[in-house]
Amino acid sequence: MRRQWTSVAGIVITALLTLFLVVPVLLSVYAGLTVNYARGMSAGFTFDWVRQVWGLYSDTVWRSLAVALLTLALTLLIGVPGAYALVRRGGRFARAVEEIVTLPVAVPGLALALALILSYGGAGAFRQSTLFVVVGHLLFTLPFMMRSVIAVLETIDWHTLDEGAASLGSPAWRRFVDVILPNVRPGIVAGALTVVTLSIGEFNLTWMMHTPMTKTLPVGLADAYASMRLEIASAYTLIFLIMVIPLLIGVQLVANLTEKRTQS
Amino acid sequence: MNSRRFDFLLILPLAIFTLAFLILPLARLALEAGSGPQGLAGFFVILTEARFRNSLIVTLVLAVLTTVATLAVATVAAQTLANRQFPGRGLLLSMLTFPLAFPGVVVGFMIILFGGRLGLEGSMTKSLFGTNVVFAYSLLGLFLGYLYFSVPRVLLTILAAAEKLDPSLVEAARSLGASPFAIQRDVVLPALFPAMYSGGALCFATAMGAFGTAFTLATNVDVTPLLIYTEFTLATNASMAAAISIALGLITWAALAIARSRAMRDTKGS
Repeated sequence: MRRQWTSVAGIVITALLTLFLVVPVLLSVYAGLTVNYARGMSAGFTFDWVRQVWGLYSDTVWRSLAVALLTLALTLLIGVPGAYALVRRGGRFARAVEEIVTLPVAVPGLALALALILSYGGAGAFRQSTLFVVVGHLLFTLPFMMRSVIAVLETIDWHTLDEGAASLGSPAWRRFVDVILPNVRPGIVAGALTVVTLSIGEFNLTWMMHTPMTKTLPVGLADAYASMRLEIASAYTLIFLIMVIPLLIGVQLVANLTEKRTQS
Repeated sequence: MNSRRFDFLLILPLAIFTLAFLILPLARLALEAGSGPQGLAGFFVILTEARFRNSLIVTLVLAVLTTVATLAVATVAAQTLANRQFPGRGLLLSMLTFPLAFPGVVVGFMIILFGGRLGLEGSMTKSLFGTNVVFAYSLLGLFLGYLYFSVPRVLLTILAAAEKLDPSLVEAARSLGASPFAIQRDVVLPALFPAMYSGGALCFATAMGAFGTAFTLATNVDVTPLLIYTEFTLATNASMAAAISIALGLITWAALAIARSRAMRDTKGS
């Protein structure tokens, strides 16, 4: 009966872990909708806090969405061709490039932000613009897009596909756009969802790089946590959750789909 | 167009971006670190000055504790969830992994809701024992926050490895009379080691560089990223902030590199 003892312990630990992760989120949703958190449920529920947050911080929500979409567009333009080039070249050179591009995953965000500010702090208009924040997000998300595309390229026989199209007289660019891109679509979709999710939640770089005119959602959240009452902070968190949870469900759906496709 | 030129055009945008916004800025950071009043000695200030050294020690201890605790919990949970079908499994997995998308500040707020001044745990202990126990702003709160954002990442990595583990191996060991601990030591853990290395290294690196959680909790524990921030913004000492950043970056990068080479060796060995 020792076997049962260990699996019961495993189930208990997993259940406690789930509670640890989920209960604070539920508390936050609840606090954002109560009239008065300290007085509890008896005070009733309201959307007033959410409305107040929207009035105070809706610009950060729109900016975060814009930054995420712009970051995504740039990771597609830079990362997807780059990933294909690395897989085509292969060897030591490709590994070295991938290592360098992946550095921002290992180097703390604050250090990267500091490096960017020291280098481009003097470039007034660029430093003040939302584009500066986008560059930071791009630096941080690019490795995820490239990794995701490279992983798919390594499972398909891109060489044969490319040669087949070449033998039919298709030029290199057409082969990349018409043959390779459709075949790596699962990788691009998975990478895109990851990039958008990471960009919407990015704080470490953004906190150093933002100006009062380029606040994103997490920067606004930090502001609210430090200076607003608990109900407002919670209602703001609720808005963040509403933005992020559909993306996460998307990530999982895509992962399940590709898993099924590879199994069948 | 020949293939070399095509490859060159494919990689050109990536090369320009990486050069302009990664390599040059990092070089600039290194220059800045060496240009403080102490010159090149500035690089070692994180070891020579007590305030910085203590902060580095606290951060290292916190990151190691977080990594060990995360690996322990995630390994148990991954084995419980792997190869077991039950209704609501997908939902449970989503609940265990959605904190992945939370920025550090949100994680800090979650810990405040748990153990802060108005927190759940405080009100529970207040009604039970009459005292409001507040832990969110202490080292314990920081540790729980780090655990909160580490577990989902590591769990996903180890779960993927655990699902590849052949259940008949465990079954065979069990029918031969091996105790649960012997099964773990000889069968399960060796198969999970590569995933544990890479998951653990990522967890350690994230914990070393984490800033948002400590920032929200506003603890009196000075973790190194918080120190970089205060050096740069409040003390406007850019060269000091740069030197500490580089030291921190080198430590995390080295941890990842070591773990990756070990994981590779283990995969080859088995």
